[in-house]
Amino acid sequence: MLEIKNLHVEVDGKEILHGIDLSLAAGEVHAVMGPNGSGKSTLAYVLAGRDGYAVTKGEILFQGKDLAAMSPEERAREGVFLGFQYPVEIPGVSGLSFLKAAVNEVRKHRGIKELDAMEFLKFVRAKLKMLEMGDDLLKRPINVGFSGGEKKRVEVLQMAVLEPRLAIMDETDSGLDIDALKIVSSGINALRGLDRSMLVITHYQRLLGYVVPDKVHILSGGRIVRSGGKELALELEEKGYAVLGADAA
Amino acid sequence: MASSTVETLQSVIQPYKHGFVTEIENERAPKGLNEDTVRFISAKKGEPEWLLEWRLKAFRYWRDRMLPEGDPTWARVSYPKIDFQDAYYYSAPKTKAAPKSLDEVDPELLKTYEKLGIPLKEQERLQGIAVDAVFDSVSVATTYKAKLGEMGIVFCSFSEAVKSHPELVRRYLGSVVPYSDNFYATLNSAVFSDGSFVYIPPGVRCPMELSTYFRINAAETGQFERTLIVADKGSYVSYLEGCTAPMRDENQLHAAVVELVALDDATIKYSTVQNWYPGDENGKGGIYNFVTKRGACRGANSKISWTQVETGSAITWKYPSCILQGDNSVGEFYSVAVTNNRQQADTGTKMIHMGKNTRSTIVSKGISAGHGQQTYRGLVRVSPKAEGARNHTQCDSLLIGDKCGAHTVPYVEVKNRSAKVEHEATTSKISDDQLFYCRQRGLSAEDSVSMIVNGFCREVLKELPMEFAVEAQKLLGISLEGSVG
Amino acid sequence: MSATTHALHLDRFEAAKAGLPGDARARADALARYAKLGVPTPKLEAWHFTSLKPLDEAALAPSDAKVAVTAATVAGHALSTSHAHHQLVFVDGHFRADLSRIGTLPKGVVLTGWSAAKSLPKDFLAEAADAGAMRVLNAAYAADGAILEVPAGVALAAPVHLMFLGASGAAHARNRITMGEGASATVLETYVGTGRYWTNAVTDISIAAGAMLKHLKLQTEGGEAFHTAATAAHVAAKGVYDSFVLSIGGKLARNEIDAVLKGEGGRVKLEGAYLARARQHIDNTTIIDHAAAHCDSEERYRGVLDDHAYAAFQGRIVVRPDAQKTNAHQLNENLLLSDRAEIGSKPELEIHADDVKCGHGATAGEIDEQALFYLRARGIGLEQARGMLIEAFVSELIDAIADEAIRDRFTASVGGWLYDAQGARRAA
Repeated sequence: MLEIKNLHVEVDGKEILHGIDLSLAAGEVHAVMGPNGSGKSTLAYVLAGRDGYAVTKGEILFQGKDLAAMSPEERAREGVFLGFQYPVEIPGVSGLSFLKAAVNEVRKHRGIKELDAMEFLKFVRAKLKMLEMGDDLLKRPINVGFSGGEKKRVEVLQMAVLEPRLAIMDETDSGLDIDALKIVSSGINALRGLDRSMLVITHYQRLLGYVVPDKVHILSGGRIVRSGGKELALELEEKGYAVLGADAA
Repeated sequence: MASSTVETLQSVIQPYKHGFVTEIENERAPKGLNEDTVRFISAKKGEPEWLLEWRLKAFRYWRDRMLPEGDPTWARVSYPKIDFQDAYYYSAPKTKAAPKSLDEVDPELLKTYEKLGIPLKEQERLQGIAVDAVFDSVSVATTYKAKLGEMGIVFCSFSEAVKSHPELVRRYLGSVVPYSDNFYATLNSAVFSDGSFVYIPPGVRCPMELSTYFRINAAETGQFERTLIVADKGSYVSYLEGCTAPMRDENQLHAAVVELVALDDATIKYSTVQNWYPGDENGKGGIYNFVTKRGACRGANSKISWTQVETGSAITWKYPSCILQGDNSVGEFYSVAVTNNRQQADTGTKMIHMGKNTRSTIVSKGISAGHGQQTYRGLVRVSPKAEGARNHTQCDSLLIGDKCGAHTVPYVEVKNRSAKVEHEATTSKISDDQLFYCRQRGLSAEDSVSMIVNGFCREVLKELPMEFAVEAQKLLGISLEGSVG
Repeated sequence: MSATTHALHLDRFEAAKAGLPGDARARADALARYAKLGVPTPKLEAWHFTSLKPLDEAALAPSDAKVAVTAATVAGHALSTSHAHHQLVFVDGHFRADLSRIGTLPKGVVLTGWSAAKSLPKDFLAEAADAGAMRVLNAAYAADGAILEVPAGVALAAPVHLMFLGASGAAHARNRITMGEGASATVLETYVGTGRYWTNAVTDISIAAGAMLKHLKLQTEGGEAFHTAATAAHVAAKGVYDSFVLSIGGKLARNEIDAVLKGEGGRVKLEGAYLARARQHIDNTTIIDHAAAHCDSEERYRGVLDDHAYAAFQGRIVVRPDAQKTNAHQLNENLLLSDRAEIGSKPELEIHADDVKCGHGATAGEIDEQALFYLRARGIGLEQARGMLIEAFVSELIDAIADEAIRDRFTASVGGWLYDAQGARRAA
């Protein structure tokens, strides 16, 4: 699904990622853990194609295609979804009409018939039901005045609606209390599937207690310093980043 | 990001689609402006003596008191000096006699309005909207007149109203905007040609939207229409106004006056989508839109609500205002203005609180792109006797690109301590974060900008009647908000 | 034609000019410019809310009187001696070394009256082409004023107190403050007086890179006095201009501040409060000009108006085309205590750059009913509750003044406006 080979990334002329190799197969969930400043968010942004994150060496292959050559919207239409750490507020634009436009762009790209208003509503309602969510948040302008938990729930809902092939969850657990964390992680679990891969980026182990990864990578100083099974996260929890050869947390 | 966003917005704001010229024979007043021009217009319309006298009074005031001082310079707009002798002040499509029905209207004219999306033939009429079509200086057709007449509603051209309802016209003409009001309103009072007249009798709720569609066609011709709407006690009316003009290299003057009067418990909702030709990207051509619009909430519990979407004109100079005389009366002003390329707009409102417990709301959204310069200019005045007055003003500006300007000049004058007046303004741009968020979900950069702009204007667009909202959103190149959910 | 302040200033110039120091040609030019401009009227946008007609009709001639002022009078207006400070006294615009206590200054610091200075800056009377009438009139007649120069890297620890006493005629003081790179200082201007007179002051400030000036002004002119003042501050990269103006006195008072951010990373903070009653007219007009990128400005003015008082606030923020990443915020809030008090407020934004965060706000109204009810529900009487809330409204700004002696002085002035000697609130 996703092949990252010797990836070097610069931001403002400064190299942040110094050669990342990572291979994510279809249906797998990998966790990327690391202390602050280790390059976790840079990895998320470069996969989604944010301006200012320049690939200077290496490549990113997504379903065999060169991801780095695509615009952000092309990547999204190909099935890359980024769950933002800090979802931005967009005043006046209701979540529903925004999602409808996004879903239809993706469908157009895939050569599927676009949904009209009624069909879309039905489609969204089914997703809401699956995630046990109400539609109140979608009727409001995107993220405006939402609590941290509400923002993250809407990110998960958007993921459900857009049905991506690769979901990158950037510190989805940050700023959530335990109840919100449970709701968000059960949403993520509900969306796990054989044809969907996930890259879960997190600072803490606690999210991984709910979303159990197939593999864990530890990112430090712009390099993956260790990879292992889910037990690596527990070890990290116990000993801290320093012992594992990473910079202090 | 800035430069790509500018390009994006330029494509969002669609190229001008109404720039064609209708080939039709015109009858014009001789070029220039003097007492004879005024008499010519009045005679053409077969006006009574009192109206001619009123026009002449205005003309003399303008010529003797205003012209020597020149046109007003306080607005933040710049344009070459206007030669008022180098224009025509009256132009009308040549017809044998006034058309009695739409069947007698020149097919060229009907075609023009069809092309503009305003079918006048009743079988193709817009659902539930009565239209008065004003072509250059005259009203060419009014639909649904008979049906409205049954309810006592008068909806006709201004010239017709002078003949059919002289007492109403005489009582209210100039009662809100006096002939000596300001440079362009006074000029209008002297040479106004036509416009719409509306009277809603007591207790009547007008069952359909009334609409005037203004079209400037002739070259070198100023358009000076005059609209008067009177809502009698307990009545309600929603009125829409649309404007377009052909693309020409020279500038044309449009100096209209709109007067609204709301008596006790009456409500007038006045919506405008102004899309006069804005000139080309280098600022050549376009309409000078110098308009005086004012409503008097004369009765207790009356309400006047202005909504405007201003995307056209080379220069806009316009301040739809409310004089809140009646106790508990309400004034509202909702505005979206776009200035792109070399467009300039100095627009806003005045809310004059005179009655007790009067309330006003101002929401202004300005979008500047290219070399566009835009100023919000507003006055909120609470008079000494306006006990318990309330005002809330919100002015937001969105800047796209670094060559444009957004300016906010509010005047707040409070002479009563029980007043509560609040003014807030912000200036911002479309952030990289917002754009990236939308693109990450699969929207193109263009659609993202359009969606964000739409969201920015939402508070105002939702005030427009449905039929107009569609046109407004098309103008902004944005998909319909709220069509789902 | 009866004499007017305007006519008297034109007529007396020939006779007065010989006695005026400095560049005579610059003065003559200034007067010619003034003659052309005339007394500003509300027709000028910059004077939208204020008419100087009462000043013109007061027929005040340029002051040359040597008024007797006692040391006791000066002491009554001085800062508490328990706090170290440098004090300069001016009477009708003339420096009085005998009444001043300059004290010891750090090496290189110049602090004196213009008439006592060794040399004058060459451009001392220079006025920009768009300078207003009151500024150029000051340039024509200015005979004296304060000069403060703080060289690069020097921190002037004790505050400088410039005391201006008015007694007769028109006083045109002209002050100059120059802050070298990285220098810092605190300057307090106070204006007091008795009788009918006119203060027309100019203070020009230049703040070099990384320097900081805290500039405070306490205007408690006499009840019959006129006060017009213009401050211009130019702030270089990473410089800070921090101003606070408390206006209480005068029959008609206008304070102008024109702050220009000329280098990246500069900061301007303009704060102020105005308290007016009787038929006082107080006008605060400010311009913050963001001429460079990455600068911040913050402005907050609050007013309390009683009786027939009228206050005007005009605050303009300009962001020039290249001043990207500007942060500018402005707020004007007004409390009206009487049915006849009036406020005119014009907070203005002029933005020519897109990557900026700018906002402004203005409010006017009476004391918050809910807060009033809350206090009364706790057993506080209506009048006392009103007094507490008015005081709180103003002191929220004043409490942030860092210098203790100055803060105490401001607090006392506000207290004196609100309460009489017996501690009862002064009624409308």
